[in-house]
Amino acid sequence: MNEQIVSTENVHLYYGDFEALKGISMEFYDNQITALIGPSGCGKSTYLRLINRMNDLIPGVKITGKVNYDGKNVYDEGTDTVELRKKIGMVFQQPNPFPFSIYENVAYGLKIAGMKDKNKIDEIVERSLRKAAIWNEVKDKLDENALALSGGQQQRVCIARVLAIEPDVILLDEPTSALDPISSGKIERMLEELKKEYTIIIVTHNMQQASRISDRTAFFLDGNLIEVDDTRKIFTNPEKKETEDYISGRFG
Amino acid sequence: MEETVQHFKKRSPKRKQERFGKTISLVATIFIVSIVFSILFFVASRGLRTFTEHGVSAIDFFAGTAWRPGEVSDAGEPLVGAFPMIAGSFLVTIFSALLATPFALGAAIFMTEISPKTGKKYLQPVIELLVGIPSVVYGFIGLTVIVPFIRQIFGGTGFGVLAATLVLFVMILPTTTSMAVDTLNAVPRYYREASFAMGATRWQTIYKVVLRAASPGLLTAVIFGMARAFGEALAVQMVIGNAALVPDSLTTPASTLTSILTMNMGNTVLGTLENDVLWSLATILLFMSLFFNILTRWIGKKGAMK
Repeated sequence: MNEQIVSTENVHLYYGDFEALKGISMEFYDNQITALIGPSGCGKSTYLRLINRMNDLIPGVKITGKVNYDGKNVYDEGTDTVELRKKIGMVFQQPNPFPFSIYENVAYGLKIAGMKDKNKIDEIVERSLRKAAIWNEVKDKLDENALALSGGQQQRVCIARVLAIEPDVILLDEPTSALDPISSGKIERMLEELKKEYTIIIVTHNMQQASRISDRTAFFLDGNLIEVDDTRKIFTNPEKKETEDYISGRFG
Repeated sequence: MEETVQHFKKRSPKRKQERFGKTISLVATIFIVSIVFSILFFVASRGLRTFTEHGVSAIDFFAGTAWRPGEVSDAGEPLVGAFPMIAGSFLVTIFSALLATPFALGAAIFMTEISPKTGKKYLQPVIELLVGIPSVVYGFIGLTVIVPFIRQIFGGTGFGVLAATLVLFVMILPTTTSMAVDTLNAVPRYYREASFAMGATRWQTIYKVVLRAASPGLLTAVIFGMARAFGEALAVQMVIGNAALVPDSLTTPASTLTSILTMNMGNTVLGTLENDVLWSLATILLFMSLFFNILTRWIGKKGAMK
């Protein structure tokens, strides 16, 4: 049985007066990919960003409930968000490498954490790029600007950048929606490899993608968690009618 | 068929309007461009007369330290060494930029990264106000506040490079700050997000990502400030003392290209060396501002390629 890494208890989130999440409770397990699906505006990205407290950056957000990670509520007063985000990494929808060289992008997290040993940094940069399945494409041009890469390559550099800081959990917010099918396929295969070491939570609009790579799937609708279960169960025999309607495309 | 062709060959009112608009904007453009080139040509042709008509050598002009137009040296050479003013101009420009840049950057970071709300509501209007204050007002304040202050602390007259630097510092601060603010605001939000998401602190994000991504624009902001300092005439002339000497101390009277120009332009006769040599100073000023202009464009291009 996989170990429970992150869980939320009755989480509500408000943007001003608007209630974007209406009491979400669910668990995430080690060595699994959990997919969050649902129509646009259903709150799945908001929910993902709540786990590493990225919503803190948006003014006017209020959050109640608990997000448990490592035996603690991450919304407790004393939580160090800097340390939290080193443990719970995030990959965004639009590839967003810094306008620096590929090497500096991947080494960024190490340098801000105070690592000085050049050999060690070199080693981690290479290992991270290998894990992100892009080493062979960039090993001869590590000094080139990351923005010169294709979108799919940029996104894998962004994943390598997160892997370099060795998080426990990786949050991915529609990481392939801006990419072509071939690049998406590469990232999907990489994620299946990565789940052996990490807890992965991915928001996706692509239901084939959810069914291909995830172990568990959660279906969100209008700020509610409708159903969460094994991916096979969700896609073949969901409990709720809303889920079945959405899966079969009869929704909206 | 024939009818249709005729129809399209006919000039419609819409087409006429289109041509009319095009003509107006073309005429306006030609007018502006020709003015710019006439000024360039006029100033440069006058300025070059110092060398062609009056036979002053370029070395004597640029490196000479004695500025007494109308007099001649023992060897019979006219005393028109512009080096004191060139040095003065560069000194006040560089010092005021060195002084203003950290403050401008700090203010810009505060206004964009630390407290955007206060920045927008209170600081932005204040800075825009500062940009709009006429330079004679700055000079007047410098004359009544800064010059006596320096006199009290360092002795002497109080006039000099230091007083000019302080006045220029206040004058270029708003220019540099507001340009730096625009540059920092233009750094995409997702760079900051990516940095925070990797466990960077706010300071690390500002220092290692935002400032770095914005560096070409920030450099442009500093150069714009320098260009303003270099070209400022009135305020500087009021506080620098206007002695055409190579400054050997920050608190003794000195002069800049602009201050000597404004002091003397009414007192010379057209066509004489005294007058033409002022045009030479103006030519230097003109080409320096051209240089600053080209520099910012070049940096902009390099920044865009990155």
